[in-house]
Amino acid sequence: MSDRYPSFCGHTLRAMAVALFCISTTSTPATAEEVVFASWGGAFQDALRSSMLDPAAEALDITISEDTTNGIQDVRAQISADSVVWDITEQALDVCVQLKNEGALEALDYTVISTDGIPEGLVDSHWIGLLNYSLVIGWRSDRFGDSGPQSWAEFWDIERFPGKRAMFGKVNHNLEAALMADGVAHSEVNAVLQSPGGMERAFGKLAELAPHVSVWYRGGSQAAQLLRDGEVDLIHIGNGRAESIIADGAPVAYTWNQATLDADCVLVPKGAPNREFAMKVINEMVSAESQARMAAAISYGPVNVTAFETGIVPADQAAKNNSAPENLATQVILDPNFYVENAQILQEQFDILVQQ
Amino acid sequence: MNMTAIGEGANRAILARLQSRERQFFLKLAAPAILGIMIVVFLPILWLSSLSLFDAAGDWSTANYARVFQSPLYQKTFHVTFIISISVTAFCVLLGYPLCYWLSRLSPRTSGILMVFVLVPFWTAVLVRTYAWLVLLQRNGIINQGLVASGIIDEPLQLAHNLTGSIIGMVHVMLPFLVLPLYATMRAIDGDLVRAAIGLGSSPREAFWRIFFPMSLPGLFAGVILVFVLSLGFYVTPALLGGGRVQMLAQRIESTITIYANWGAASALGVILLVMALVLIWAANRVFGLDKLFVR
Repeated sequence: MSDRYPSFCGHTLRAMAVALFCISTTSTPATAEEVVFASWGGAFQDALRSSMLDPAAEALDITISEDTTNGIQDVRAQISADSVVWDITEQALDVCVQLKNEGALEALDYTVISTDGIPEGLVDSHWIGLLNYSLVIGWRSDRFGDSGPQSWAEFWDIERFPGKRAMFGKVNHNLEAALMADGVAHSEVNAVLQSPGGMERAFGKLAELAPHVSVWYRGGSQAAQLLRDGEVDLIHIGNGRAESIIADGAPVAYTWNQATLDADCVLVPKGAPNREFAMKVINEMVSAESQARMAAAISYGPVNVTAFETGIVPADQAAKNNSAPENLATQVILDPNFYVENAQILQEQFDILVQQ
Repeated sequence: MNMTAIGEGANRAILARLQSRERQFFLKLAAPAILGIMIVVFLPILWLSSLSLFDAAGDWSTANYARVFQSPLYQKTFHVTFIISISVTAFCVLLGYPLCYWLSRLSPRTSGILMVFVLVPFWTAVLVRTYAWLVLLQRNGIINQGLVASGIIDEPLQLAHNLTGSIIGMVHVMLPFLVLPLYATMRAIDGDLVRAAIGLGSSPREAFWRIFFPMSLPGLFAGVILVFVLSLGFYVTPALLGGGRVQMLAQRIESTITIYANWGAASALGVILLVMALVLIWAANRVFGLDKLFVR
């Protein structure tokens, strides 16, 4: 199937390895009326189910079974073993781009999927944006009140804002923050980063702060725990995570200024059992109503900009949404192509920087 | 004379036949297990190992190994992995040896009850124990709060999210792997030998070092090898208590799978880890004779 993997040992072994992988998963063989969807699990997937999957299943009169994914390797494993069980999976944007480059995706059928209201940058022949999120500058308000660092230059200022810092443990988001700390305007960040010497400039600035970063966190739940427990005073954290711990009563504040925005996408792995209905389900998921229900259920941004016009998202929630126009004004939107083209060198440089 | 020789020869032949029949019988008994291990362990390992010799395009290549030996990133990872594994092993010996000695001198009933305290954490999920350590060690954790409240320190110590936290957490996880073989060996040492040495004029200290300690060595080495080899490939605790700055080999394997489009890049790391572990076990067996421990 996939010619990127050596195929000298036949399919049986690989199928076996993946079968072992999948024994514990909840998916059952897809019938004509069943679509298998895999996302990140937990409360997040619960929200997707109530806002997107259940309404889609009802509208199409099908069953949507669910599974959870840990990322790109899960998709690769299914494809290289010739035993694809997922019809649709949510992945990070750069993973969609990478998998497309590897030839691992089915083309999306845009005669079925309507792209009305979805920005051009989030529509690709082989994937489409599902939702977006921003990492914001957050801080403990019992330490800094409302006047925490309002920009990356201030976040980098360890004398004015002494305290323990945490940042995202992957290269994405960090280079953008570093360039803004170095004085690059939010609108110029991607151009500077991709210009000659841009990467070096970003890493150089990041290296200044790295010794003062206590934790490079692995994921959103860890970021929330660090800030909630007061383990760190300043953090580059997902806006939804910050909101949820504020709702729990933690003394935390954040700013939208210079936040870094990234998106998740949905894709159909090559050889998915029920491609026909997968397209229909995706069409339902990116519709304005479905996107608005999602934005009302969790603090993620709808990719469909008309979601805010449906009246489904209450005004106070829209004000806290990362892709509400007023919040978007000074954010940087990450460029997935840059990260895919330079994935190996970027992550290696970053790991050398953070490793003790 | 002649008659007895023939009789002995016949007996020996019958004995040999019986022995070989018995051996075949046990081999047949073990066959399903051996076959099972071949299919679910050896073949997948061979397959994964062979992948390390191919690049992303499926062509034969040594690039996966070249990268590991040339990149400063991997050198740093190997360095950290060995530092942690050696430290964890050393702390386990320092804590485990006196513990086992004490346990082995108690009545079997008392030590049996106390062994439960060693085994209960052993039966608890590593993830749970690691998060428990996070609660204890972090800045506003119980240990730092206690130390600050009692005036011993002014500022909280950085105990988690670094090398220190990783080592503390791993020592806790690994300790039973040292204690179990060491305790079994010490239990089997005849206490009369030490008493005899003292009775013959040796000081208790000398009796310990010259009689008891050498006899406990096979168990100690078995424990040390277990702990060290398991530490080399350890993942959960450094990933959660290392603050993202402590990256051991297993974590590097994970990130390699994510970054590179071919299994081979990660497989090369796995092969190196496997070879290191096998060499260590082989060397330990040559030097210390681990088989003595298992064959009584």
